[in-house]
Amino acid sequence: MDLSAINPVLLVASVMVSATPILLAAIGEMVVEKSGVLNLGVEGMMITGAVVGFAVAVNSTSPGLGFVAAALAGALLSLSFGFLTQYLLSNQVATGLGLTLVGLGLSSLIGKPYEGMKTATLPKLDIPVLSDLPVVGRMLFSHDIMVYLSLALVAAVWAFLKYTRAGLILRAVGESHDSAHALGYKVVRVRLLAILFGGACAGLGGAYLSLVRVPQWTEGITAGAGWIALAIVVFASWRAGRVAVGAYLFGGITVLQLNLQAAGAAVPVALLSASPYLITILVLVIISARGMHGAPASLGRPFHAST
Amino acid sequence: MKRRTLLASAALAATLGTAAFAQDPTKACFVYVGPIGDGGWTYQHHQGALAVKEEFGDAVEIAWQESVPEGADAERVMTQMALSGCDIIFTTSFGYMDATNAVAAKFPDIKFEHATGYKREHPNVSSYNARFYEGRAVVGHIAGSMTKTNKIGYLASFPIPEVVMGINAYYLHAQKVNPDVELVVTWVYTWFDPAKEADAARAMIDQGVDVITAHTDSTAPLAEAAKEGGAVIGFGQASDMAPFATNDDGTPGPRVTSIIDEWSPYYVKRVKAVIDGTWEQIDSWSGMPEGEVVMGEMTDVIPENVRQEAQGMIDAITGGTYHPFTGPINKADGSAWLADGEVASDGDLLSMDFYIEGIDAEIPN
Amino acid sequence: MIHLERRPQPSRLWTATTPLIAVVLTMIVGGTMFAALGTDPFEAIRTIFWDPLFNTQFAGFTRPQLLVKAGPLILIAIGLSIGFRAGIWNIGAEGQYIMGAICGAAAGLALYPSESPLIFPLMILAGGLGGWAWAAIPAVLKTRFGTNEILVSLMLVYVAENVLASVSSGLLRNPEGMGFPGSRNFKEWDAAHNAEIVAGTGMHWGVVFAFIAVIAAYVLLTRHIQGFNIRLTGEAPRAARFSGVNPARIIFLCLGISGALAGLAGLFEVTGPAGQISIDFNSGYGFTAIIVAFLGRLNPIGILLAGLLMALTYIGGELAQLMLGLPGASIQLFQGMLLFFLLATDVFTNYRVRFGRSEVA
Repeated sequence: MDLSAINPVLLVASVMVSATPILLAAIGEMVVEKSGVLNLGVEGMMITGAVVGFAVAVNSTSPGLGFVAAALAGALLSLSFGFLTQYLLSNQVATGLGLTLVGLGLSSLIGKPYEGMKTATLPKLDIPVLSDLPVVGRMLFSHDIMVYLSLALVAAVWAFLKYTRAGLILRAVGESHDSAHALGYKVVRVRLLAILFGGACAGLGGAYLSLVRVPQWTEGITAGAGWIALAIVVFASWRAGRVAVGAYLFGGITVLQLNLQAAGAAVPVALLSASPYLITILVLVIISARGMHGAPASLGRPFHAST
Repeated sequence: MKRRTLLASAALAATLGTAAFAQDPTKACFVYVGPIGDGGWTYQHHQGALAVKEEFGDAVEIAWQESVPEGADAERVMTQMALSGCDIIFTTSFGYMDATNAVAAKFPDIKFEHATGYKREHPNVSSYNARFYEGRAVVGHIAGSMTKTNKIGYLASFPIPEVVMGINAYYLHAQKVNPDVELVVTWVYTWFDPAKEADAARAMIDQGVDVITAHTDSTAPLAEAAKEGGAVIGFGQASDMAPFATNDDGTPGPRVTSIIDEWSPYYVKRVKAVIDGTWEQIDSWSGMPEGEVVMGEMTDVIPENVRQEAQGMIDAITGGTYHPFTGPINKADGSAWLADGEVASDGDLLSMDFYIEGIDAEIPN
Repeated sequence: MIHLERRPQPSRLWTATTPLIAVVLTMIVGGTMFAALGTDPFEAIRTIFWDPLFNTQFAGFTRPQLLVKAGPLILIAIGLSIGFRAGIWNIGAEGQYIMGAICGAAAGLALYPSESPLIFPLMILAGGLGGWAWAAIPAVLKTRFGTNEILVSLMLVYVAENVLASVSSGLLRNPEGMGFPGSRNFKEWDAAHNAEIVAGTGMHWGVVFAFIAVIAAYVLLTRHIQGFNIRLTGEAPRAARFSGVNPARIIFLCLGISGALAGLAGLFEVTGPAGQISIDFNSGYGFTAIIVAFLGRLNPIGILLAGLLMALTYIGGELAQLMLGLPGASIQLFQGMLLFFLLATDVFTNYRVRFGRSEVA
């Protein structure tokens, strides 16, 4: 075993890239759940974002446009979920799972002509001074713009929920839709907007996979990343900062276990391979044993104004 | 079956009216484990299916089913194919082995061809496989010759004989040209998960590996290598993956050659045997000589002399004068496996569960 | 202005007719999609819904296969529905299914090649226990530490998949299998084979258990005090606590039942239709069953019907791929549509659509 072969600077740098798709999808889903809606269709929206982003980037040769299109596609798909759950009051869990089926099927039909193609990818930002710093320059300041945008998004969501009036309304809707309704807030409208935001974020996460992380389109490219994003939201106890912690923790262990393998660590490979899931459970148990967890009280419950 | 005969006689009556009497086309059916768009394993099998159609035209009808899970679903899909009038059914994943034999027992008139397995319990079941290790040996030679860091990587899926065989062939030939070479193996426990494959490739690159061969299906490892601006090379796996031979800016890309699974010759041959009525049970394990394992074009990134050596190796394997596992070879624990000049038996290869000497690692489990 | 008014009672008429409306809507929209893909829509729809049941060429085989495909879905969904009614979100049935199969298979293989008639019952027991134990992990963590069961049960699916990959190429590997991964084939070992009870009907023990589970769940939920407690916990948790229902017991009961049923489904599948433990023997039943549970409105009879309908679209979809060359993805999309329409039309069961301005209450 040669653990000295693991370079911590490169390790952190690759964790940041590896965690970004999950982080983007998870922060969006957190906002959705904060509004009291449980959308289990993250995987479907992510993969739709991945294929649409890729297709647009190939045709326009602009990865930036690809990301915009991916966000729109994710939001559009989530609109079907929003319509069903908010206006037709369908069951959220089942509708979300249906959305996953639709997304997987749709993406594969859209993606047929794009298999095996390559696309232009996002350049790494060269931030003056910062990128040239020793150690941290390579570790933190030599990524593409989406890595920073995803972190900025986390900060923005945090500030939005904590400090803005709109954020307060969103949380109120999620905690008690009946009270929020009685106070005159448009529960359904707030939730629809949250669902659209969640769809857009999932789309961005998917596009990050197909445009930066893996740069390619193949069927099933997300391979379950959407489910991990859902788990991260729960892990984070519905707090923005912890979503980032969770995504980086999960991505970190995934990357670390592969590095340990490559370095020849004397740990059974099956155990290493399962370690991201086991450690996520373990950390959540420790957090929850300290008694801090709070799902939005109205999560998953349909709202119908009876007046 | 009643309706089928009814339809057949109706068709017969219809065709009797016209002068041309078309023979009932032979129907060749394919069961795929992944989507056709996986760009690797299933994609190549489908190319073989299309080659059959291309070869025989109207004399053959093809049908297929994608993403068939191994287990109960596979047996049902095969039965439905048999009922739908398939004359020959190719089942293209190891996990279909028992299902193939079970269905074959019920339809003795239909021919079954199972890929990569060993069970042929009924006279209407053949098995076929390709000697991918021949390709691994060639890329191993290139890897050993070209590595600057003396660290070469193997991105492995599951610890099964097929993969272990590939690792050994790769390392053996790298180590022959470069005794200092060190092999890094990373297991991802999946055949297809682009993000995880990219992560694994990244982990190896970060630790100084500069040649990566993948035993998974996606092009993600090549895309990851491409980010190193020429410092890291890799190989196409299963399909040619030619787009990675050049970068977008015109500079040479990471894919320097590829190991292509070429199923077309076998599929064409076997379907022809059905048409001619000469089909017999066989156990086929073919490689470069039969054109089943094909090396993709070697790019100029490979130095001229290495290219010639690699070509020499390909020619020798194709001509049958060289077997990649020729002794003396010891096992990792130091015990002797093959004596000087001895060639590995197919049985030894197909059940390979040990590393050869020099690989400092354990096979999982 | 269109608005919805809650019905005092779910409408019987609409309960019966909405699934039909949904199917018709799916046929129209799905047919349009098939037409866009260049396939005759009428033929496609007929192949999916009609041929598995009535086509003379296939139906003799596919009709029993409906039971084989629906059996595990129903068995798992019944267990899940009990938990969902209590507001306990076990979404890791796939993991419990895998672990049940592994434990049951291991118990049997330890005694290979005994032909004792006790082998299969022992395996059933071990399978149920394996699933139960895997589901007990989130139950313990939830009751002891308040850890969210959604995350734990989901993460344990991935852990179970790793265990599966490990045992099928290690511990449970067939010693006569030339080093290939996968266990012995249970179909070749009479004492452990979950064979059809009556040949050609598709009825194996897993299907029998699924039917028993439907009846038992019906009795539990409508006639038994624990069933009442479960429903009360889901609908009014605080009222449940006031009336003396122990929430920890409900959590253990619900996760335990759903885990055990998923484990049984895994065992029956692996000893019967699948035949062996292998790296990929699981094919997502645990996730599909969640859809089945909700499609059946968490009602045992509804789940039975929903399971059969899902099985029909799977088998019909396979036929459509085979006979018409439709891509697999279009079938997936079609299933998604069907689900969407079923969920969407459900609104008429519980609500009345009113036109005009809403009355002031």
